[in-house]
Amino acid sequence: MQVRFPEDERFPSWKITFLEYFIAAAFVGLLVGYWRLQVGQHTQMLEQAEHNRIRELPIIAPRGRILDRQGRVLVDNFPSFTILLNRENASQLRDAHLEMISRALDLDPGDVEDMVKRSVKLPRYQPIVLKQAATLKDVAFIDAHRSELPEVDVIQSQQRFYPKHSVASAVLGYVGEVSQADLARPGANYRAGDLIGKFGIEREYNSILRGRDGMKRVVVNSRGQEVGTLGTVNALPGHDLRLTLDLDLQLTAEAALGDRPGAVVALDPRTGEVLAMVSHPTFDPNDFTHHIPVATWKQLTTDPMHPLMNKAIQAQLAPGSIFKIVTGTAALETGTITPDFKVLCDGKVTIYGHTYHDWTWWTLHGGHGTVDLHRGIVVSCDVYFYTLGKMLGIDKIDYFAERMGLGHRTGIDLPDEDSGLIPSPDWVRRVFHHPWWPGVTMSVAIGQGAVQATPLQIAYVIGGIASGGDFARPHLAFGRELENLGVDPPANSTVRFPLHQTTVRAVTDAMWGVVNEPGGTGASARCRGLNVAGKTGTAQVVSASLQEASHSAEYRNNAWFVGYSPSPNPGIVVAVLVMQGEHSSVAAPIAGDVIRAYYHEKGQTPNPDQLVSQVTGKAKPGAAPREP
Amino acid sequence: MRNSFNFHDFDWILFGLVLLIAGIGILEIYSTTTLTPLAGQFQKQIYWLLLGCALTVIVSQLDYHLILAHIPWIYFLALLTLGAVLLAGPRLAGTHRWIQVGGFTLQVSELAKLVIILAVAAAFTRRRNRAFTWGELARLGLLAGVPGILVALEPDLGTALTFLPIVAAGAFMAGIRRRQVMVLGLIGILALPAAWYVLRPYQRERLEAFVHPKQNTQGSSYQVTQTKIAIGSGGLWGRGLGNGTQSQLGFIPVSHADAIFAAFSEERGFIGTLAVFVLYAILLLRLLEGARTAADQAGSFILIGFASVLFFQVAVNVGMMIGLFPITGIPLPLMSEGGSSMLFIFLGLGLVMSVKKQRFVN
Repeated sequence: MQVRFPEDERFPSWKITFLEYFIAAAFVGLLVGYWRLQVGQHTQMLEQAEHNRIRELPIIAPRGRILDRQGRVLVDNFPSFTILLNRENASQLRDAHLEMISRALDLDPGDVEDMVKRSVKLPRYQPIVLKQAATLKDVAFIDAHRSELPEVDVIQSQQRFYPKHSVASAVLGYVGEVSQADLARPGANYRAGDLIGKFGIEREYNSILRGRDGMKRVVVNSRGQEVGTLGTVNALPGHDLRLTLDLDLQLTAEAALGDRPGAVVALDPRTGEVLAMVSHPTFDPNDFTHHIPVATWKQLTTDPMHPLMNKAIQAQLAPGSIFKIVTGTAALETGTITPDFKVLCDGKVTIYGHTYHDWTWWTLHGGHGTVDLHRGIVVSCDVYFYTLGKMLGIDKIDYFAERMGLGHRTGIDLPDEDSGLIPSPDWVRRVFHHPWWPGVTMSVAIGQGAVQATPLQIAYVIGGIASGGDFARPHLAFGRELENLGVDPPANSTVRFPLHQTTVRAVTDAMWGVVNEPGGTGASARCRGLNVAGKTGTAQVVSASLQEASHSAEYRNNAWFVGYSPSPNPGIVVAVLVMQGEHSSVAAPIAGDVIRAYYHEKGQTPNPDQLVSQVTGKAKPGAAPREP
Repeated sequence: MRNSFNFHDFDWILFGLVLLIAGIGILEIYSTTTLTPLAGQFQKQIYWLLLGCALTVIVSQLDYHLILAHIPWIYFLALLTLGAVLLAGPRLAGTHRWIQVGGFTLQVSELAKLVIILAVAAAFTRRRNRAFTWGELARLGLLAGVPGILVALEPDLGTALTFLPIVAAGAFMAGIRRRQVMVLGLIGILALPAAWYVLRPYQRERLEAFVHPKQNTQGSSYQVTQTKIAIGSGGLWGRGLGNGTQSQLGFIPVSHADAIFAAFSEERGFIGTLAVFVLYAILLLRLLEGARTAADQAGSFILIGFASVLFFQVAVNVGMMIGLFPITGIPLPLMSEGGSSMLFIFLGLGLVMSVKKQRFVN
């Protein structure tokens, strides 16, 4: 049907033409927009699309275990979950989200915010650890809120676990989150939230124990759910590390020291292997593996007995009469005296116009009578060694003390060993700006005054003298095993400072007498059927007169004992420090227990677990915590 | 001939174009939903397409003058339905947009578009090219404004906005004068602040995201960022059907519906974009060419009104994917999934065919 209509019935043609051009122009404009995006910015946009869908999840390398010399596990891992926060999509890190996350995971929102702020400088693709050792409840929360919280990931990880709790904790140390300072160190290959060794063996051998984390590249959808895996770089687990410690001996030593504050060090002086090392009071390293409770931390840091200190290598105290062995050795080696040199002790002696008292003066108001070197050591006669001190002079005493290992670190493979102190005229001039007063030499000769040594140094020095001058560097890791792991073991394995046979015999015989002869001060270290020798030390913390006036525990004498067996050429040397122990007789039996256990009960501890619970007070050693 | 269908002057080219674009859309719906809980959605779309074809053929047999004669009643009915939907319609996704018809939900506002086109077209009956009066301008505004407000209240600002091109086209074709344009512009500028207070929070957020896309990468801005990434990553040749990571992994929200063109561009690249733009352009230009030869101004305006709505929707939808317009719920005609939108297009196409049958021949 074709009808003719008047022209006026129709729209003007130019209007339709205008609309047509308008539409064509609009499409050209849109096409330009799409061209710029699809062709011009293709590379950037493709990269962003890949960023959207690909997420890199770390695979945490399990830390190596720490074993005792027989391969028994001292430090272990158990599987757990770690919660990660992805920061690739900054928009998702809104405060509301962070608050929701921290509330659900029982984290402090302030802490989480800080953590995010601190990580701003790290590459964005590196997720940060929100929570270690997440509970099943945490994991369930994350799973249930996947779509709202696409930035949160849960990965499998390994939780550090110390099955024996506080046993040897001062040696083993603990792990904790890497600090800002560690992260900032150039070349540090850490992520925020990584666990590293913070103390003890965990820190010393962190590089061996740590391993290398792997990485998994996964495809995720917009809700953060994994929909596929693109590739995996496997984690390289850390290496197990075998220590020279003997768990049985360690437990015996811990039990023998008991609740008293102090330290026990057992060395094999032939090799320098540390067989046991106790520091008390101490801590449970399990408390540190994730955020330590504030109360626990406060208690550990404010306790006057410093639980976070390894007293075996960090307690620098006057060694008292044990130092007489050094003085005696020096006197013999320099030819100043012969072993039968005699001194009459009537309880006090006046040198350079000052009267020095023997320790017997305060209790017996008398002396030891006429004593030679042997008797002088056995009964620990102060007057005898005051006399030797005067004869030797400070320089010779210093020379021998330093050469035999005092006043500087032994070089044990533990962090933060203290050096102790052997006072010298130089040191006095440098620190106190006055000349050496000759009278001070008398104090040094009996191990008082400014003389300071650690329990480890005491075991090292006495073990070395009893071995004829071979001072084997104390260590906890086996050198050959370190070599196998590609780590250079420390070079100075044994320092040789040969002593004359006669000297060694005289001194070791005397130390045998300390334990076995009538009147010997170390009789309580005696062991049936064993050739035990040793030396006691009772070190004043303050002057005798102040001590009289005050009965405060802080001013009580520190009790020392160093014992070894057999004499000479011992297979074991044990140094014991009982702080505020008052009298060395409390220290000697501890050494006796350890030596007896070493020779009689080698590997025969009836029930180590029972001993662990006895020592640590923890109910079930060996079992991993139930959660998760 | 009276009892059988008459395909004389049926525009097969136009019909083929529409089917081609719809086919491309269905393929893309298939690609983006096949691995999701919405798998099978493309079949539904095919059923709508078939229903649409049938409706096109049926409507094409009617004389559009008959429909224009009854437009007051139809218009009144449309208003009633819109009011009813607003007051009593089922609440889906927080809005009242749908009515239940059998097993389907129908979005009334889509059909209202057609009614408004017809109502404006009816106003052109025997109007001739006389001067455009203020009264006519007011009437035109009310014709689209009343249903527009009802739809905006649902709330469905996107569809309400699609009434605007009908008004604009109507005013333009009727010969709006410069003074009238200036007065309207002034009123518009003065009404802008008021409009801001009328907008709902999510609508304001979209506007803000459009004005400051960098400030807020969450919500609406996130959507635009993601669609842009999708489109850009498509490159020249596209990542291949089913291989668009943005659309397949859910980074583009509603990639089968409003945002289907982002998914399409990602998988088909600039070449695909160009092809679809050309198809749309031919479709629109062919509609306008048809308007030249319509029997009268009313018939001519049915084509122009229909083309203006389609153009507006295509331009705004495709433009908002690359951040040229703020995000609004405007589907891409023929490609976005959705039955009501298909019904609008195919009913409109039927009317177009009806107009074309009575074309003017010189």
